[in-house]
Amino acid sequence: MTPFPFTAIVGQEELKLALEIAVVDRSIGGVLAFGDRGTGKSTAIRALARLLPPMRVVDGCAYHCDPATDCEMCSENDRARNDVEVPVPVVDLPLGATEDRVVGALDLEAALTRGERRFSPGLLASAHRGFLYIDEVNLLPDHLVDLLLDVAASGQNVVEREGVSVRHPARFVLIGSGNPEEGELRPQLLDRFGLSLEVRTPVDTATRVEVVKRRLEYDRDPDAFVDRFAHEEKTLMRRLSDARARLSEVAVSDGIVERASLLCQALDTDGLRGELTLIRAGRAAASLDGCREVTDRDLARVAPLALRHRLRRSPLDEVGSGVRIDKAIADVLSM
Amino acid sequence: MTPSNDIALAAELLAVDPHRLGGVWLHGASGPVRDRVGLELGAAQDHPMLRLPAHITEDRLLGGLALAETLNAGRAVVQQGLLAEADGGILWVPMAERLEPQTVQPLCAALDRGQTALERDGLSRSYASRFGVIALDEAVGEEARAPDELRDRLAFWIDLADADRGTLIELKKAALAEGPEPVRRDPAQQQRIAASRERLRTVEVDTRALAALCEAAGALGVESLRAMTLAGRAAQVHAALRGSDEVEDADVLVAARLVLGPRATRIPVPEEAENEMPPEAPPSPAEDEAPPADGEGESDSSRSQPSEPLQDRVVEAAESGIPSGLLDRLRSGRSHARSARFTGRARGAHKASSEKGRPAGVRAARPGRDVRLNVVETLRAAAPWQRLRRGTNRVQVRPEDFRVTRYRDREQTCVVFVVDASGSAAMQRLGEAKGAVERVLGDCYARRDQVALIAFRRDGAELVVPPTRSLTRARRCLSGLVGGGTTPLASGLDAARRLAEDLRRKGRTPIVVLMTDGRANVTRDGDKDPARAATDARDSAKALAGLGTPTLFLDTAPRPRPRAQALALEMNATYLPLPYLNAAALSQTVFSIAKQAS
Repeated sequence: MTPFPFTAIVGQEELKLALEIAVVDRSIGGVLAFGDRGTGKSTAIRALARLLPPMRVVDGCAYHCDPATDCEMCSENDRARNDVEVPVPVVDLPLGATEDRVVGALDLEAALTRGERRFSPGLLASAHRGFLYIDEVNLLPDHLVDLLLDVAASGQNVVEREGVSVRHPARFVLIGSGNPEEGELRPQLLDRFGLSLEVRTPVDTATRVEVVKRRLEYDRDPDAFVDRFAHEEKTLMRRLSDARARLSEVAVSDGIVERASLLCQALDTDGLRGELTLIRAGRAAASLDGCREVTDRDLARVAPLALRHRLRRSPLDEVGSGVRIDKAIADVLSM
Repeated sequence: MTPSNDIALAAELLAVDPHRLGGVWLHGASGPVRDRVGLELGAAQDHPMLRLPAHITEDRLLGGLALAETLNAGRAVVQQGLLAEADGGILWVPMAERLEPQTVQPLCAALDRGQTALERDGLSRSYASRFGVIALDEAVGEEARAPDELRDRLAFWIDLADADRGTLIELKKAALAEGPEPVRRDPAQQQRIAASRERLRTVEVDTRALAALCEAAGALGVESLRAMTLAGRAAQVHAALRGSDEVEDADVLVAARLVLGPRATRIPVPEEAENEMPPEAPPSPAEDEAPPADGEGESDSSRSQPSEPLQDRVVEAAESGIPSGLLDRLRSGRSHARSARFTGRARGAHKASSEKGRPAGVRAARPGRDVRLNVVETLRAAAPWQRLRRGTNRVQVRPEDFRVTRYRDREQTCVVFVVDASGSAAMQRLGEAKGAVERVLGDCYARRDQVALIAFRRDGAELVVPPTRSLTRARRCLSGLVGGGTTPLASGLDAARRLAEDLRRKGRTPIVVLMTDGRANVTRDGDKDPARAATDARDSAKALAGLGTPTLFLDTAPRPRPRAQALALEMNATYLPLPYLNAAALSQTVFSIAKQAS
């Protein structure tokens, strides 16, 4: 079934901005969307797939390698290589997935029928150069989380099992969603996400009505509904690919670097990761707006996304991290 | 219309579009009445009705390698899971309150997407799984309800425990008359349902109707957007059943009664009070525009309705859908605390079962008494050797191929705080102790342990934070804690003992951290008699000691006194005077005790 269009999602601006930034700058480190049930977190993330400009890959490569930087596996093959255009993968990692499907394992079929020791690539391979989406990421078994952390950090998947020994590139944008009331995310994993946000149920009736209305219209005739938003989708798609092309030309002044650093100091965030993510996200946001320079306004806009989950927070802190960030923004950026 | 007619109506609506309406949460004790209602709801003619047992394994739920066939054929043969088999039908889920998270999540994903992803046993498939769920919930009293994430996706909530007497009598009579035979719909009705299914694609619903439903949801304290969407869908299906291409007021009223009413968390504010709140009264500009916009296409029926605005009638209709038991609770103002505790318990219990041992990969080993063979992994280990072993067509498996699933079997610890919340002085001390509690909470979080908190004050002890791993929850529960009153120390200790016993039964290791100055002034029965209160406390302390649970006694008195030390001795606890303790040291102490315990 055709997914619900991204541009038809009512409200949820922060979620949309975070996903757009992740598309524009893949090195941002992924997005974590936590929040209320039924607010369309999964819908937005799944809708993303249709907005991604296609990518060029080596034909037949299980890891859809970039023709420019072929992988070990491709270069071992000496048959003539063709380039093809394919959609960017958005891979779902369902909660019931077994480890062998995540990392890849011995191809049972080939082994049983032909006695061949062949590697059957897993979801990490499928997600290479694309997005890996985990719904209910907070409920994922610990051993899979460990595994993901390792691969996300190294960009490589190393498989050593049942006599297969494979190493393949696995660079993907990790996107997670979940409801914190059903269990918190391990702190180690939390820190790996570049951006994080909280999704709330809209409170005003007009917005609620619009959400329900669009949902019902989509139910009735998904294709017609998607057609209605075709223009918006196309516009956004162009905006995303323009922003991506422009990204490297967006200037980051010394003043911006300095103020980003001050902002992180004011909030007492851990490490440099937050600072860099903040600047990167600001740059992507500026690029999305068609600007060639990062401004304080861009920093202020993305600061909650980039820093919210990096604050040293006491578990009983009643003041939301949002309030602290707003205050720091007011102090440092005078906004 | 009586509620038993509503059950028939819900059944008919569900028969038209089981997947998009999600299904029914049916709460009530197992028995002929409940089963009768369930059968009636599930009577979806042409569809198969499949049963999903609460402890279904993932391979049966999602599908996987069909072992016998794979071994026989010598190649991978896929076996469909229950979620795929249920496509186009109804899934009957008994004991929904006991569902494990790894079952709930795929079930919810299937309800959302109509698809099930299979990524197991080296297989990667996607199956259509569009079905309706009848979730039977047998939880009694304060026991765990079916998980909220599942209930949120089911349009109809029927609570037999909350039904009024008249309805129950009627249902009992129906059960007597019909017995446990599957319900059959007559051909005319079947035809009507099939026709409605066709018509459903063309049923229009206008903004005014949706606005009325969303407003009514707000008035009843129903905040879930899914509930509002489900109500909108129910209105559409009802219109289709009536043979209409447009949702009219009658459809909206039915949807409000069936979908929104049973979800109420508060009784709508009466009119006088509403007038005092100006922001609520004037409709927002968007709504203002709505009625004229659809005025032309609108049928006359909704226009010629009585002058009372649709909104009010929808709220009234929704109110009439609140089952009488729930209504009583809402009226007495108990609903908030109770429902919060319900959900808390629900999650607590439903988390628990999954954490007895998490799968953590596989290893080569012989299966034994406590070690189960992982057949697929064993097969995979055997596969490369088949040529060498030169068998017939059958796969040859040798002992060295055996693989078993590794479980991380560290017993889960739950730190139970028992806090004196009586009197302003105690609360102030609690404030001082907060740093300590925070630190321990934070460490529990990092260690993936659980925390719970019992507060005692006035006439008893209350489980303020049910066992949870969620800091968000713990934080929220704590913020609602108000102190004051007398000091029923014995009740607090009793509550701790009961919780500790409960945790033990669930295979977890409880650690009790008691924060008090050891002073008691209320007996177990609530009498203000300091002398007897102290005796009671000593008895309770002994009973707690009898459990052998590691216990930490934090003396919160500004100047530690022998009284507290004596009590600590009574309960065999490690005694620590709080004033001399910093947060980090406390946390370390708690976890060193935990280590000794496990």
